Amino acid sequence: MSRLKRLRGRVWAFFAKPVLDAELEAEFEAHLQLAVDEYMEHGMLPAEARRQALIDFGGVQQAREKQREARGLMHIDILLQDLKYTVRKLLRDPGFTAVAVLILTLGIGANIAVFSVVNTIMLRPLPFPNAHELVWIAPPPAKCGFSCATYSTDAYDEFRAGSRSYQDVTGYFAFSTPGNLRVSMGSGTPVSATSIDVIANFFQVLGVYPAMGRLLNTDDALNGAAPVIVLTDAWWRRQFAADPNIIGKSFDINGRQTTVVGVLPRAFDFGAVFSPGAKVDALTPLPLYGDPRNWGNIITFIGRMKPSVTLSQARQDAVVVAPKLCWNNRIPQTCGSYKTPVPVPLKDYVSGRLRHSLIVLWCAVGMILLIACVNLSNLLLARAAARSKEFAMRAALGAGRFRIVRQLLTESMVLSVAGALFGLILAALLLSWLSHQGAIALPLLSQLRIDRATLGWTLLTAIAAAVFFGMVPGFRIATGNLHEALKDSSAGSGQGRKHERLRSVLVISEVALACVLLVGAGLLLRSFLHVLDVDLGFQPERAAAIKVDDGALNPTFSVDEIQRRTVMYQQILSRVSTIPGVEAAGITDYLPLDRNRSWGLPFPKGVRRPENLTGGPLVYVVSPGYLRAMGTRLRGRDFTWDDRLQGEHVAIINQALARFLASYAHWPNANPIGQLLNGSGGDTRIVGVTDDVHAETVEGEAGWQIYYPSTQKVPAGTELVVRTTLPPGQLASSVLRTLRDLNPNQPAAEFKPISMLVDHANSPRRFFMILVGAFALLGLLLAALGIYGVISYSVTRRTQEIGIRMALGARAGLIQRQVLSQSLWLVAVGIAIGAVVSVAIAHLVASMLYATSPWDAATYCAIATALFAVALVSGYLPARRASNISPLVALRSE
Amino acid sequence: MSDSRLDLLQGTLDLMVLQTLLAMGSLHGYGIARRIEQASGNQVLLNQGTIYASLVRLEQRGWIRSKWGTSDNNRKAKFYSITNTGKRQLAEDSRYWRRLTSVMERMFAMGPAGEVEPGDL
Repeated sequence: MSRLKRLRGRVWAFFAKPVLDAELEAEFEAHLQLAVDEYMEHGMLPAEARRQALIDFGGVQQAREKQREARGLMHIDILLQDLKYTVRKLLRDPGFTAVAVLILTLGIGANIAVFSVVNTIMLRPLPFPNAHELVWIAPPPAKCGFSCATYSTDAYDEFRAGSRSYQDVTGYFAFSTPGNLRVSMGSGTPVSATSIDVIANFFQVLGVYPAMGRLLNTDDALNGAAPVIVLTDAWWRRQFAADPNIIGKSFDINGRQTTVVGVLPRAFDFGAVFSPGAKVDALTPLPLYGDPRNWGNIITFIGRMKPSVTLSQARQDAVVVAPKLCWNNRIPQTCGSYKTPVPVPLKDYVSGRLRHSLIVLWCAVGMILLIACVNLSNLLLARAAARSKEFAMRAALGAGRFRIVRQLLTESMVLSVAGALFGLILAALLLSWLSHQGAIALPLLSQLRIDRATLGWTLLTAIAAAVFFGMVPGFRIATGNLHEALKDSSAGSGQGRKHERLRSVLVISEVALACVLLVGAGLLLRSFLHVLDVDLGFQPERAAAIKVDDGALNPTFSVDEIQRRTVMYQQILSRVSTIPGVEAAGITDYLPLDRNRSWGLPFPKGVRRPENLTGGPLVYVVSPGYLRAMGTRLRGRDFTWDDRLQGEHVAIINQALARFLASYAHWPNANPIGQLLNGSGGDTRIVGVTDDVHAETVEGEAGWQIYYPSTQKVPAGTELVVRTTLPPGQLASSVLRTLRDLNPNQPAAEFKPISMLVDHANSPRRFFMILVGAFALLGLLLAALGIYGVISYSVTRRTQEIGIRMALGARAGLIQRQVLSQSLWLVAVGIAIGAVVSVAIAHLVASMLYATSPWDAATYCAIATALFAVALVSGYLPARRASNISPLVALRSE
Repeated sequence: MSDSRLDLLQGTLDLMVLQTLLAMGSLHGYGIARRIEQASGNQVLLNQGTIYASLVRLEQRGWIRSKWGTSDNNRKAKFYSITNTGKRQLAEDSRYWRRLTSVMERMFAMGPAGEVEPGDL
C-alpha cells in the first residue's frame, strides 16, 4: 500500500514539476536566510555570512538534482530532456540524420522483410487450427514422380479404416492439370480455370470453414451426385465480381451444370500450402467409388492425428497398416505392394526443405544489419569526434559521464527508431509485392504480412541495433580524457589519431563482413548460372504450350476415343503448322517440370524380371512431332500417324531407361532400338531413344521416361506445344483463333512459354540468389561508404600536414598514391579476414549450391577484385581532394 | 581536519533526520541540518543541501510530514515533524543500528587489526 502511495507521490511529482521546483527554491532560500541570520548574530558581515552559508549548503544545483531524483520519476524526466535535445541536435544536421536513417531503414527494413518470410514459411504454424496435428503421409521418396507418392482409392479406404492414430484421414487428387475447368457463363467464350478434386472430408480434417455457403459433404462425392463446386476467395472476387448471391447459382463447367455451394475464406490458399506457385481457383469433390477407382495411384494422404498420439506412434501404426493396403481390392496380388507410408508433420512437408536456405538468408540479412550498425558507429564516431569539445564542456559543467553516454545512446535510439519506422514501411511494401508473386514456387508466400511477431522483431532489432552502434562512440566518449579533449583544438593530436584507428578497425570489419556476404552471393550466383546451363533435354526457348479442350475430362481407353483423338490431333496440328512463324507443333498429355505420372515398368521381352523391382517410368503419351516441337534430341525414329492401334505397338524410351534395361537384356551394342518390351499391354517395340529430359526438377538427375504414341494409348489431357521462329507471345492469338475455329468450346487458355515452366522450377533458387545478392550489394555499398568516410576524414584532418608537404615540394601524384594506398590497405586487411571467415563457414551454404564448390577459387578472386575496385573508387575521391589542396590555403587555415 | 570527518553511510542521514525530529519536534531544514552537525560534534561531513533529498524521501514514505510556518526570527520556512509511522520505523531502525554497532564492537575487539592509529602519521 505504502509502495503504491510512494509511486503516486512520484508520478505526481513528475507532473507537478514546476510547482514542486518553486517550493524547493523557496525552501532553499529560507534555509540560506536562516543560516545568514545565525552567522550575522555571531557578528559576521552580511556578505561574508552569505558566503559562509553557501559553503555550508554545498552545491545548490547538486542538492536540487538530488532532491528531484528522490522525489520523482527522474529517469523519464531526463529521458524527455535528452529526447528533446537529441531531436533538436539531429534536425540541425539534416545531412547526417538523413544518411543515418537511410542506412538504418535499409538494414532494418531488410531484416523485417526476411524475418516475416522466415516466420511465415518456417516458424509460424500452418494456417489451420491445431496445425501440429496435421501430417503428410507418403511413401519414402522414389524416382517415379507423383505416382509413387500417391495411393489408390482402395488403399485410402483401407488406410483410413485401419489406422488408429488419426482423427481422420483425407487427401486430394494429385494429377489435376492447370486449366482443367472449362467454365461457360452465359453466351461468352468459355473461361479456363483450375480446380483440385478433394476427398469430401478435406475441409473438416484441415479445419477450414466456409466464408459463405457450405463446403463439401459425403453426398457430394457419391456417384451420380449433382456436380458441385467450392470457390476460392480469389476466384470468387476475380471471376464473379464478389457476387454476394453466388451460392446456389450454377454454371456449365466441362459440359455439366455445376452448382456453387460455398466460398472459401480468404485465408485458405490451396496452392500456397500444397502446391507452391500454382494458382487454384476452385475445389471439387473426388468421388471415391466411381471411375477414380480404376485410375491407380491418384490420392495424396493428409491425416489429422488424435491429440494424444505422437508422431512415432503414428509411424508405428503405419507399419502395421501398410501390408493390408491394396492397389486394387479386386486384384489380391496387389495387396501389400505399397511401401510403408511415413507420416511427417505437414509443416515439414510444406517447408522443411527450405529450412536451410531460409536460415542462410536470415544470417545474410543479419550481416547486413551488422554492417549497417558498424557503418553507423563509424558515422557517430566521426560526429562524436567533432563534438568532443561540446561533451568535454558539458562534463566540465558538472554533467556525469553516464549522463553524456546516456545522451549518446538516446541519440542512437532515436535514429534507430526512425530507421525502424521507415524500415517497417519498406518491408510492408516488399512483402505486399512478394505476396502477390504467384509464380515463385515457395510455399505460403501469399500469407505474408506484418503480424505481431514481426512487430516484436522490429522492436527488438531496433533496440539491439541502437545499443550496438551507439555503444562504441559512447564508450569512446566515456573513457576519453576530458582535459585532452578541451585542449585538443588542433587537428592531428593524439585523441584524433586514436579515433582514426578505431574507425579503421570498424571499416576493416565492415569490409570483412561485406566480403563474406559477397562470397556467399557469388557462390549462389555461380550455382544459378550452372543451373541455367543444365542441359534439360529439351529447348525451352521459343517454345510455348497451350491447353487444348479435347472434350473428355477423364478419358478411358476405347477404340473410338483413340480414333476421335487421332482425327482431332491431325486437324489441329496440320492447321497450326500453317500459321506463319510456327516451326514445329506436337501434342503431349504432360509437360516436363509440370505434373507427371508413371506406369508399370515394361521389361525386355524374354528376360526374367527381377523380384524386387520397384517404380516405373514417367509416361508421356504424345503425338508425332511432339519431340521435335519440344526440341528433344531423338535417336531412331519419331512416331508417325501410321503407328496405328491395329499395328505393332511402339514406344520411345530415354537414355536412363535404355541403360537400365540394357543392363538386363544384353542387346547387341546395348542398342535398344528395334528391341521388344513386354508390359501389361502386350509387346511394344522400341523405335527411338531420347535424351534424358529433366521432368521433375532442373537440378536433379532425370529418371526413367517412356513415350507412347497418342494413336495407340489415350492421353490424359491435351497440351499443344508449338516451336516458333517468332517470340511465342506474338503467336498466342493466332494459335488460339485456330483452335477456336476447330472447336468453339476452346476456352481462352494461357499460351505459356515453356521457359516459364523452367523459370518456375528455378524460382526458389532465383529468389534466394537475388535476395542474398541484393544484400551483398547493399553491404558493398555500405562498406564503400565506410571507406570513403574514413579516408575523407583523415584527409581533412591532415589538410595542414599535406599542405606543408606540398609546400616543401611533394608532388600531387605522390600524395594521391599515399591516400589511395591507405584505403587499399584497409580493404586488403578486410578482404583477408573476410576470405578466411568465408572459407571457414562456406560449408554452411554448400547444400544450396549446384555444381559449385563452396571454396570456388574463381568466385573468391572475383569478389576480392571487386572489393579492391570499390576501394579504389571510394578512396579516389578523397585522394584527389588531397592532391588538390593548395599549400597556401592549407597553411592559412591555421 | 575536515578530511577526517565522517562520510555518511547510505541511509544514515535518513535515520539522523528522524531521530532529530523525534527529539526536537517540529523543525525546518536548516534547523535539522544544524542540529545534526551539533549533535555529532561536527564529526559529520554534511553538505546541508543534501538534507532536502532525504526529507522528500522520508515524506513520500509517510514517515514525516511538512507544513509551511514562521521561524522564531520571523522567517517563512517549511517545518517538518515525525509521524507515528515514522516513530515506529525509527524504533525499528535504531534497534537494528544498536545491534549492528554492538556486533561491530565485538568484531573490532577480536584482534589487533583495528588498533592501528591513523593519528600516528
